[in-house]
Amino acid sequence: MAKILAVDDSASMRGMVAFTLRGAGHEVTEAENGQLALDVARGGSFDLVLADVNMPVLDGIAMVREMRAMDSYKGVPILMLTTESHTDKKMEGKAAGATGWLVKPFDPEQLLATVKRVLG
Amino acid sequence: MSQSANTAAASAAETAVPMQYLTVSLAHEEYGIDILAVREIRGWTPVTRIPQAPHYVLGVLNLRGAIVPVLDLRLRFGLVRKDYDANTVTVIVTVAGRHFGVVVDAVSDVLDVAAGDVRPVPDMGTAVDTEYLKGLTSVAERMVLLLDVDRLLQPQDAQMLEAALPAAADVQAVA
Amino acid sequence: MVNAALAQFQQVFIEESLEGLDTMESSLLALDDGGDAELVHTIFRAAHSIKGGAATFGFPEMSSFTHEAESLLDEVRGGKRAIDGGIVELLLRTVDCLRGMFARARAGEPLNDAVAEGLRGELAAAMGRGAAAGGVQARREVDQADAWTIRFRPHPGMLAGGNDPLRLIRELAGLGELAVTAELDRLPALDRLDPAECHLGWTIELAGPAKRADIAAVFDWVEGECELAIEPKHVVAAAAAASAAPAAAPVADVAAARAQRETSAESSTVRVAIDKIDGLINLVGELVITQSMLDTFRDGVDASRLALLEQGLAQLARHTRELQESVMGIRMLPIASVFNRFPRMVRDISQKLGKQVRLELVGEHTELDKTVLEKIGDPLVHLVRNAIDHGLELPAQRRAAGKGDTGTLRLEASHRGGNIVVEVSDDGAGLNREAIVAKAVQRGLIASGEGLGDEAVADLIFQPGFSTAAVTTDLSGRGVGMDVVRRNVADLGGSVTIRSTSGKGSVFTITLPLTLAIIDGLTAAVGEERYIVPLVSIVESIQLQREAIRTVVGGGELFRFRGDYLPVIRLHELFGCPDAVRAIDEGLLIVVEGEGARVGLFVDGLIGQQQAVVKSLEANYRRVSGVSGATILADGSVALIVDVAGMVRMQSRRKVA
Repeated sequence: MAKILAVDDSASMRGMVAFTLRGAGHEVTEAENGQLALDVARGGSFDLVLADVNMPVLDGIAMVREMRAMDSYKGVPILMLTTESHTDKKMEGKAAGATGWLVKPFDPEQLLATVKRVLG
Repeated sequence: MSQSANTAAASAAETAVPMQYLTVSLAHEEYGIDILAVREIRGWTPVTRIPQAPHYVLGVLNLRGAIVPVLDLRLRFGLVRKDYDANTVTVIVTVAGRHFGVVVDAVSDVLDVAAGDVRPVPDMGTAVDTEYLKGLTSVAERMVLLLDVDRLLQPQDAQMLEAALPAAADVQAVA
Repeated sequence: MVNAALAQFQQVFIEESLEGLDTMESSLLALDDGGDAELVHTIFRAAHSIKGGAATFGFPEMSSFTHEAESLLDEVRGGKRAIDGGIVELLLRTVDCLRGMFARARAGEPLNDAVAEGLRGELAAAMGRGAAAGGVQARREVDQADAWTIRFRPHPGMLAGGNDPLRLIRELAGLGELAVTAELDRLPALDRLDPAECHLGWTIELAGPAKRADIAAVFDWVEGECELAIEPKHVVAAAAAASAAPAAAPVADVAAARAQRETSAESSTVRVAIDKIDGLINLVGELVITQSMLDTFRDGVDASRLALLEQGLAQLARHTRELQESVMGIRMLPIASVFNRFPRMVRDISQKLGKQVRLELVGEHTELDKTVLEKIGDPLVHLVRNAIDHGLELPAQRRAAGKGDTGTLRLEASHRGGNIVVEVSDDGAGLNREAIVAKAVQRGLIASGEGLGDEAVADLIFQPGFSTAAVTTDLSGRGVGMDVVRRNVADLGGSVTIRSTSGKGSVFTITLPLTLAIIDGLTAAVGEERYIVPLVSIVESIQLQREAIRTVVGGGELFRFRGDYLPVIRLHELFGCPDAVRAIDEGLLIVVEGEGARVGLFVDGLIGQQQAVVKSLEANYRRVSGVSGATILADGSVALIVDVAGMVRMQSRRKVA
């Protein structure tokens, strides 16, 4: 249905997200940090990007900032996967250009509902 | 897991379904092996002898990468060993997930045997210990002894060996 | 399907979290040694991932516990708090506690215990708070109405953030019936219109009972990027019970996740680097090409194409070898995962004993077979404990011996030939020959130390029940001796030896096969039969004159080798091989070593060296003493592999008897 880029350094979280979305019929590409995500994003087009905030090499906030600087990702929805304890991170993400966020912990159903909300 | 046991139980319940047996010849007698236990039939090839094995275990052979023991059915039944020739075959059987080969004089054909045609083995009159037979049947005046393949190598045999062997090994080492 | 996702990745989560804890631990230790700020980030990220994952994968206790540690780390990270030994110590204990929680999670036991509760309090206290509050904070006013008027005016740049006003309006439609009016007043002239900007505004009439919070949630992501007014048209009085329901829901989820966890059995997995898999795929690709090339010879070979056939076969041989190496490589993992536990352990033990120890780890990237890796940990732990406990001296003793206060303990892994060698060395006191001999005599292991070489004396410590410590400490004196270390290593097909210099230190050397599945062996002939002797256990092959053999009472044969008398094991006798060479001077003695002892295997001769893929005899038959397995030779026939350790054991039983 949609092409989604899932970015998280945690293999379990990324795996769960990708598995759930693939199960719902989406085409999911995985990346384990912001830098790899940018490399992947440059080479393809995605309808939605889901990104963790805290990652090695390049974190989620910096990734969003760089992605928004790319012409082909100006209006593409980017959701930050963040933890409730970091409300300031939500705002930081917004300032960098994120569309919204999904608060951890979330379960597969919440994930699907949010993705549906973004993709319509 | 034992296929022959399963089929035997099934045939007792529904007599209509005949069981198939591969018949093999051994010292002028015919024996039947439950076809469901037969994995393949191959010509005789030399095997690698294994130490401390009972006399009827000839050794092991390479079955597509698996190491499979081979026993001589004549020796197993206390008969005189016959020289292996072009007719000698090794029947590979699978019992409880384990494979082993059985060397017989020759294979004949495949028989359909209805459960009702299986009679109990009388205690006398055959060269073979009745312990390894589960019945007999006759086809066109030929008598066929139905083998209980489960008992040829498994399990009491193996257990007994297991218990006896460490001691045997020690004796050998001391000797 | 949805819960399957959680169940499936729960195991992955536990594994990666344990790795994360290892990272936290090593970074904390490095930080204690004066590491840089990046370490704090690394530690924080690891804690943060565990916290987020734990909540997602059904371990809320672990999540809230980690939260405390994370908050502490966040303050350190933000420069609000300086890191000190106390915090490192506290966080190290947190790491231990989390390891325990993961172990209980695997076993399906309750996660919290007294230790966790106590630590949680300590973490909270360190944060300058009383108990861990973390309660739900009451959110905005309870507000419900039958109909709402929503005025929504996005800022021009809102679209760039990926939020589509149409999506928001569509989402509102889920709450009730809408009447939408667009406001065009901000719309610029067409020639100045930027399609990437939003100039429209909307007034939306929402009919139907809805909560303010639900409406606000729709606009959650565009807060600050728009003007938003949500006004009730008909106020509904009192609806306070609303907050209770959502709080109850997650509890049910947790229970479900736990039920999932209990049913999923722990299975053994290997995480494989993607480039290893890519390498395999490439190899298979080449193999396919070679195969199709060889396929052209199906109809026959003429002389003109003989060279091509030879080339194809050579390629096939090369690919097969490479494929074999690559596949075995998948089972190979760096020894770092075992080494990593030592910095902490050495720190703890040396503190306890009042010794100063510097740990050196060398060759952490050396790869071992996964099975070997899993089983080498315990023997290494024992050797390391032993080295600190018995090998290295107290600072005062070291000073008296003219050495520095701090002793050095070194773990080094390396490839040597077809083997992995792991050395545990220390610059401590070395073995005390007199003490060992006295103990061995007292234990009845030997009559006296006379005539025993240093090597033979050192080897005595591997004898069952041997212990020389003057005072039994709670570290080494647990009744587990060096004999167990040797037995464990032997079970892996390896060997342990020791070299020691009085006053200078000791070196324990563990030699292991690269992998358990393939061994290098020498093919020996005994009569018409062929046996494989593992190369790793072979010391030397020698030919002896008849006179070199001493026959002792009871029928045993001995020969002199490097100053020792070793027993002869005639393979033809042990295995009952017909037509074998019987005269000693016509055959060959292969001197082999297993479990620290040597014996000579008498065979007819050696045929050659080959790699043997180890097959089980037990799969279809049973164990045969003196034989560790079987392999398939080039001609398709089977050869048995000699169990050297088993033979040595057999020999020592015979000695006792």
